[in-house]
Amino acid sequence: MAQAGEDIKKYPGFMGITIFCLLILYAPLIVVMVYSFNESKSITEWQGLSLKWYVDVFVGPESAKFKEAALNSFSIAITAAIAATIIATSAATGMLRGGAFKGRGLSFALINLPLIVPEIVTAVATLIFFSAIGFERGYLTILVAHIAFCIPFAYMPIAARMQGIEDTYEQAALDLYATKAQAFKRVLLPLLMPGVISGFILAFIISLDDFIITNFVKGAGIETLPTAIFGAVKQGIKPNIMAISTMLLGVSIVMVTVSYFVGKSDQKK
Amino acid sequence: MAGGAASGGSAQTDTFKESRTWLLMPSWLVLGFFILIPVLMMLLYSFLTKEFRGGVIWEFSLSAYDQFFFDRGLFGDEEPSIEWTYINIFWRSIWQAGAATILSLLIGFPTAYFIATRPAESRQMWVFLVTIPYWVNLLIRTISMKFLLRDQGPLNDFLMAIGFVDSPVHIINTDFAVQLGLFYSYLPFMVLPIYAAVERYNFSLSEAAADLYATKWQTLRKVLLPAVKPGVIAGCILVFVPSLGSFLAPDLLGGAKNFMIGSLIEEQFKGNAGNWPFGAAASMILLSLVMVILMISARKSNKGGEG
Amino acid sequence: MKKTLTASAVALTLSMFAQAASAEGKLSLYHWFEYIPQEMLDRFAEENGIEVTMDTYDSNEAMLATLKAGSLGTYDLSFPGDYMVKILGDEGMLDTINDGELKNKANIDPQWIDVPYDLGRNSSIPYQWGTTSFSVNRDLFKGDISSTAILFDPPAELSGKINMLDSQGEVLTLAALHMGIPQCSTDRDQLKALNALLQSAKEHWVSFNSDTAKEVLVTGDAAAGMIYNGFSAKGRLEGGNIEYAFPKEGLIAWMDNAVLLKDAPNRENALKFMDFLLEPKNIAELTNWAQYSAGVLGADEFLTDELRSTPENNKPDSAGPSVFVEACSEEVQAVYDNIWTNLKK
Repeated sequence: MAQAGEDIKKYPGFMGITIFCLLILYAPLIVVMVYSFNESKSITEWQGLSLKWYVDVFVGPESAKFKEAALNSFSIAITAAIAATIIATSAATGMLRGGAFKGRGLSFALINLPLIVPEIVTAVATLIFFSAIGFERGYLTILVAHIAFCIPFAYMPIAARMQGIEDTYEQAALDLYATKAQAFKRVLLPLLMPGVISGFILAFIISLDDFIITNFVKGAGIETLPTAIFGAVKQGIKPNIMAISTMLLGVSIVMVTVSYFVGKSDQKK
Repeated sequence: MAGGAASGGSAQTDTFKESRTWLLMPSWLVLGFFILIPVLMMLLYSFLTKEFRGGVIWEFSLSAYDQFFFDRGLFGDEEPSIEWTYINIFWRSIWQAGAATILSLLIGFPTAYFIATRPAESRQMWVFLVTIPYWVNLLIRTISMKFLLRDQGPLNDFLMAIGFVDSPVHIINTDFAVQLGLFYSYLPFMVLPIYAAVERYNFSLSEAAADLYATKWQTLRKVLLPAVKPGVIAGCILVFVPSLGSFLAPDLLGGAKNFMIGSLIEEQFKGNAGNWPFGAAASMILLSLVMVILMISARKSNKGGEG
Repeated sequence: MKKTLTASAVALTLSMFAQAASAEGKLSLYHWFEYIPQEMLDRFAEENGIEVTMDTYDSNEAMLATLKAGSLGTYDLSFPGDYMVKILGDEGMLDTINDGELKNKANIDPQWIDVPYDLGRNSSIPYQWGTTSFSVNRDLFKGDISSTAILFDPPAELSGKINMLDSQGEVLTLAALHMGIPQCSTDRDQLKALNALLQSAKEHWVSFNSDTAKEVLVTGDAAAGMIYNGFSAKGRLEGGNIEYAFPKEGLIAWMDNAVLLKDAPNRENALKFMDFLLEPKNIAELTNWAQYSAGVLGADEFLTDELRSTPENNKPDSAGPSVFVEACSEEVQAVYDNIWTNLKK
């Protein structure tokens, strides 16, 4: 029976497609990695192995800027993703477990608004708005703008997940004299987790990669990784950007490996 | 109850009805302030007069919308006829985004399903595997992809080496390259929502279907898909809508010979045109279009939940 | 009375020390990313006790958009290109440098004093300049490249292998040079002809790409392409067999300038920085780093031999004139916008 149980999940070709998908995603990264070791300044003509770009990234004259940009990007991305995920979870609960109410359609539209509006429009309008209310441009303006546009990306997976969860569990908990907060925290939330995590990841990568809006609302002296990279590209693409990207890749792989082992030990518990 | 279980769960209930306003307040506040107000401003701008080189003059004018719908010739003084240019640009972006969404669905759904059916400990790892590439800046990845796909690039070298084709497959600067670029930009947005939904799916339903002599593909179509429909719809929206306004990957891989909606609007704010009202008007038209699509899909997803 | 005097004297002295200890002031630059070596900024900061902050933009137009959207008044200096200086001036976003305020003004190379976008240099100084035309990959094309016909009326072997810059101003200006019509022409027939030329030329073009203009030529994805001279030199040094062209119809000259912005919060420090950039040694250091050309007298002798002799910086006499891209009037700009939209629709 266990055999049949596992078999029922298998579809021929799905594994192949997954591998293919991963291949497409990772192939350009291999190019990035390879050319980060290029001797010359080219990203297309290979001229020998060299670590000089990594050295440049760590101690070169522009290294401080890139380091700071990376730090900014990550701190903003994590903060914005956390905030957006919390707000989105809360909103999803309200939308899907709050019964029917008049403003429901409008709420849905509002939540998805950042998705629909072209980034350049949001960028220019937000800058004008911030200037008008005297919100001085800097780290905070970027953070706030990011939280706002990350919300729909976090909301979608969470809502989709929640729609697949029957409310019987929460009702049962309430019947057993749990408070609403307890019902949420101990019943709904754990069931929601894969959706919440998915939402967090989406918000994180959207924030990490944002260029247009960040470019317009950032203040003097603040760079994020995308603005630094885009700017550097205008002066001619060099392998130092490839080196930075490869290192980022390394960091993320380390984090994944760590989380895998943590997850495994968790399971054993 | 049985009905609810069959579809995998209820679409909406009122468990938390009392706290509803509090739950929605944060999103209303943040989005209202930092997105809605700027968007309303843009709506206003679309009805103002353009200031030369950017900005607006506070004078009511319909010229932005006029420019969108009416063609008055190269010098702006001929008899107005219907302006197909922008409608064509919109149409082109819509079908590119649609094609990219279908591509993402075809590849993303099996991937999400596969990941969701992995043993529990490794699921997270697979999810991360799919999203790690997105830690690397999109511009860098797209430029790298551009050189992979070249006529004399590694991909073509590989295809010819294994004898799959005789001469290089011309991919770069074609429509397919644009769709590939969009797919590449937004794949996780398709995979993750579907994954979250499939992970919740109760496989005993599939077993029941099998007991009733359904084939695997019938089970997929008639049991699994309806159950994970919210995830699929969420994924499609998260790919389709941003694709409409996207231009980075499409331009780099597609050659930028034709405006997409995104590049058209960007040009109004960042190009020589400096025509903010027109950019705002085009954005408002885009917004209305997408709103309609979203409302249709919201209705569909509601119906599915109750059925 | 005595006590108060002493107290105030002490306070005054202390505050003077405090000021000297902390930065004597600030300077806020709005610049391209990686267009000035950090060492230069650090040296200026140290020599003058000024704290320098720099914000960046990725295109002239993006800079204009943010200035218009409200960031004017937060920066002292910006570094717009030639036509953008004129636009900023027309928009009232530039401050005037009065006579005598710039100590090193006489260092400006005389040929760059009366530039069409800022006659007499009332608001700007030269930063770096270069040219824009096109290059060909010599592995793929061996023919004559002394004419802009390569781009607009190419020989059959180049058709479908030409990359253009994704920039309205530069493409239209080069086209105008090719046709021999004035930029910003108001003559309807000329404008119609311009539109027609671009439509027919487009069929031979494979892409519009500015960011990878160098890469597509080096790899041979494009056999010919519009490119800045500096990028072309970089491509050649990376191993690409590319040759920069100096067409007989003429080519585009571009110059980035340091401008004093209106409502500059630290006007005096801004002028100090401009003087700093007009010192031959400093500007030569920048030029050796950025690899374009300087517009300051005396800088030449501090350039590296390699840079001085690089072919991309040395225009032969057989070539046509180098012209700046002009900023047109509103009516002509509207027509140009239509032409560009026609090209990309």
